[in-house]
Formats: sequence, structure tokens, C-alpha cells
Amino acid sequence: MASASTTEPTRRDMLYIATGAAAAVGVGAAVWPLISQMNPDASTLALASTEVDISSIPEGGILTVKWRGKPVFVRHRTAKEIADVQAVKVDTLPDPQADSARVKKPEWLVVVGVCTHLGCVPLGHQGAHDGWFCPCHGSDYDASGRIRSGPAPRNLEVPAYTFVSDTKIQIG
Amino acid sequence: MSGHSTYVPSSAIGRWFESRLPIMGLMHSSFVAYPVPRNLNYWWTFGAILSFMLVAQIVTGIILVMHYTPHVDYAFNSIEHIMRDVNWGWMIRYAHANGASMFFVAVYIHMLRGLYYGSYKAPREVLWILGVIIYLLMMATGFMGYVLPWGQMSFWGATVITNLFSAIPLVGDAITTWLWGGYSVDNPTLNRFFSLHYLLPFMIAAVVGLHVWALHVVGQNNPAGVEVKNIERDTIPFTPYATLKDAFGLVLFLIFYSWFIFYTPNFLGHADNYIEANPLVTPAHIVPEWYYLPFYAILRAIPSKLGGVVAMFGAIAILAFLPWLDTSRVKSAAFRPVYKVFFWVFVMACLGLGYLGSQPPDGGYVIAARILTAYYFGFFIIIMPLLGLFEKTKPVPATIADAVLAKNGATASAH
Repeated sequence: MASASTTEPTRRDMLYIATGAAAAVGVGAAVWPLISQMNPDASTLALASTEVDISSIPEGGILTVKWRGKPVFVRHRTAKEIADVQAVKVDTLPDPQADSARVKKPEWLVVVGVCTHLGCVPLGHQGAHDGWFCPCHGSDYDASGRIRSGPAPRNLEVPAYTFVSDTKIQIG
Repeated sequence: MSGHSTYVPSSAIGRWFESRLPIMGLMHSSFVAYPVPRNLNYWWTFGAILSFMLVAQIVTGIILVMHYTPHVDYAFNSIEHIMRDVNWGWMIRYAHANGASMFFVAVYIHMLRGLYYGSYKAPREVLWILGVIIYLLMMATGFMGYVLPWGQMSFWGATVITNLFSAIPLVGDAITTWLWGGYSVDNPTLNRFFSLHYLLPFMIAAVVGLHVWALHVVGQNNPAGVEVKNIERDTIPFTPYATLKDAFGLVLFLIFYSWFIFYTPNFLGHADNYIEANPLVTPAHIVPEWYYLPFYAILRAIPSKLGGVVAMFGAIAILAFLPWLDTSRVKSAAFRPVYKVFFWVFVMACLGLGYLGSQPPDGGYVIAARILTAYYFGFFIIIMPLLGLFEKTKPVPATIADAVLAKNGATASAH
């Protein structure tokens, strides 16, 4: 074809591209704060950790504390509950995880009390495994907070926490 | 199909203004001289009813904002303040809350009318899709409005619905945190929902403008489903005929609406929303407002989180593809005996899904919801494309005038 030689780039093309690129960067830079302002603000981030005294929780009891606006369950598990959750074959679980990977001390389980399906708060000591049962859509968790049946895709989240002393933990 | 405006201002000031901004002429050609098919029935009055409801919601909403406080510590009490202290506050709030329900009653009738008479078919595809966009905006607006009283259902409804986005692979959690402005539904969430709840109705109004514009380009469908061929024979002027018919339909609708406001204002609400939001206690049974129930049932029918979310949004998105899924050349179900049956089964399936969405998600309810969900999608994806190929339709009248004459043969011949 003889018409191929007419598209030599010119200085004006270069100016168009440079102008367009600068405009795109400018629009992006202007929009970024408008989008970013919706993410958690500094005051929300400042509430990121909380200390809990766990000495008052009896064996078998569950304490609910608020952390980052969400409930966190601190469960003082009984020997039977610990034996039960440790006996489960890990590879039969929907979200396979050993109990030992979810606790720092076997008698203390700390999980975020938010169902991994759609965010409801599950009820303690209910359901087929006597762990938690979510009343919204029927997810059933065991005493390790692992999903056993129902629509939830994942186990109850274990937050970052540390034992400050034998009777005190810091969440976050 | 809009004819030329015959509007001539009678006064000198009117002529002076019209030659500078011909807005009166636009109104005249759109709502006075505009030709409407002469066979429209009362199902066609819901467009006007919906326009009224949009205005009613905006007016009552703007007034409620004068007394409402969008803060987690004050929102719930400010609603009670409106109910008890503000002059006529109880009536304005009940009008707004029930107004949302009436808006959806009217839009569902409007949509089903379109589905029955094939109003989405060429040349009205864009008109129909604009309607689907309005419906989506309505759902978003209604959802955010329901969060504002900051009751238990407000909070947990917001939690469940925003968590739907966490089903998106990889970025789901980041998106959810971004929507919340925190790690759970909290004050930032309430504030942005308030802002958007105020914005979206005006976006709806803008899309309604496009919807009406598109309608006036292609003209109205009608119960016979045949296009206007002769403006003189097939149509009548919008005013007074359609104006008065719409006004009468609106009056009947307002009686229905008023009955809810004044006799059973909380019938469509939920008692749990008169308990202030508590992030640590989920109500035993979370249900959305009635107008979302069929979609909620579809969400719960699918035994997978992502799958349920995709099915729920897909159930709405599929409406936009209707013009191309329906292969029949006949528009109106009046001449489609088989489609008519499937249509009414579809209506029943939607009502059934609505009922199942209000029930707890176990046992037989889930199985029933799966069957009806299958029918919902099957209606659009299988029945509609195939029916157009195999259905034996009845003879369609040649013109709108013929359809009217055939129906009222005796009276017409007496002229």
C-alpha cells in the first residue's frame, strides 16, 4: 500500500500526548483525596488496641469486649471443649486449621465475634458443636471458632493479641 | 413521535419570554399536546404515580432533615424527637417511611406492566434500561434511608448488605472497610449514608428526566403492543385525557397510601427498629424491608457466599438484557397465550421468593427458595428466548384504532 508513509509523528502529536498525560495525572491526583477520605480516619485508627482483664471469666464462660467497633469473644474453654476441638480431623474442615494454630494458650480462645458470612454476631454455646451459631443465615462454628457447616466461608478471625500477664490480654 | 408544538403564548410577555426560553412550549408539547395511544389502561397511570411519589419523598425528606441528627449518639433519639415533639413530625415521618414502600409498590406494578405488555422491546430498549437504572438507584436510596434511624434493623441491615461486598475476591475486605470508613458500621458509615441518601433522589430525578425524554422520542407502548401509525386515528392529546386518567389513578393510590400512614403506619416496618442499634447484639432474625425480600431469598438460596451475592445482583442486572432475551415479535401478552401463563407464574415466583425471604433460612424454606430462584432465572434465560421461537401467537390488530374498535365493536359502530 502506498498510503503508509503519511503518519510520521509530529511535534504537535507529542504535545497532545504530553498534555493528555499531564491531565490524566492531574485528574488522578485530584480524585485521590476524594476517594481516600472514605477510608478509616486517624481517630478510628487510634482506637486500634484495647486491654482486657480475663481473670473474672469462669471456665466455660465467654466474655464479649468491643474492639474497633466489633465484638471480640474471649472464651475460657473447658477441658472437654479443648479435647473435642483438638480431636477433629483438620482436613475434613471447610477452612482447615488446627486448634493449636488458633490459640496461644489452649484454655483461652480469642476470636472476632463477627460471622465471616455477612457480619452478624454469632451466639455462644449454641449449634451442633456447642461453639457459636449465627442466627442470620445458619453458620455453625465449633469451640475453636472454626466453621463447621453453613454459608460462612472462613473460620472466625483470630485478632492480633498478646498476654500482658496471666490475667490480662491486649487485643490489637 | 412528538408532533410540532402548536403552543402560541396568548400574552405579549409570554411571547417575549418564549422567544428567549421556549420552556412553556416544551411543557405544552410534552404534557398537553403530546399524543398518547387511545387504548391506554389504568396500568399506564403508574408513571405519573411514580413521579408524584418521587416529589413526595423529596419534600418529606427535606423536611425530616431539618429535625434529624446524623450521629450514632443522637440519630435514634432525633427520630423519636421528630415523632413526639416536632409539629406534625409523626405524620411527615410516617409519610416518608411508608412513602418508600408505596414508591416500590408503584415501581413493581410499573415494571410488571412493562413485562406483560412487552414495553422493553424495540424501539424502547434505552427507555427500559434507564428504568432499570432508576430501580437500582431507588434500591440504594431506600437501603441507605433505612439505616438513618439507627435502630437494630438499620444497623444489622447495613452490616449484612455492606458485607456483601466482602465476597469480592482479593479486594473485598478493603472495599468493605472503605465503605464503612472504619472496621465496622459506625458513625462514619451513618454520615456518608446520610449524605448519599440526600444526593441519590436528585440523581433519580435526573434519570427520570432522561426516562421521560426517551419515552417522548419513541412514544408510549400500549395494551395492543402495536405502534402508532396514524396520529389522528390512534392517539388522543395528553391533556385532558391522560392527565385526568393519571389524576384519578393517583387519587386511588393516595387513598391506599393514606390508609397506611393513618391506620397502620408500622405495618410495613419492623419492631426491632424501635430498639437503638447495638453492635454487640444481632437480632434473632434479620430481615430487610419487604421490597428487597425476593432478592434476599435469592441471596440465601445459593449455598456459597460469592455465588449468593452474584446471583442476587445478577437477578437485577438480567433485567437490563430483557430486550434481547425476548425473541418474540409480538409485544403484548394479550396476544401471547403461552407467555401469559409463564408471566403469571413468574409473578407468583416473585411473591413466593418475597415470602421465603422473610422466613428463617432453614430446611424446606431453602429448598423452596432454590426452586423459585431457578424459575426466576429460567424465565429470563430459557423461557423468554425459546418462547419467541415456538409460541403460536394470536392475530395482532393492525392499528391501535382497530384494537379499540374490536374491543368496543357495538358502541363504536353506533357512531
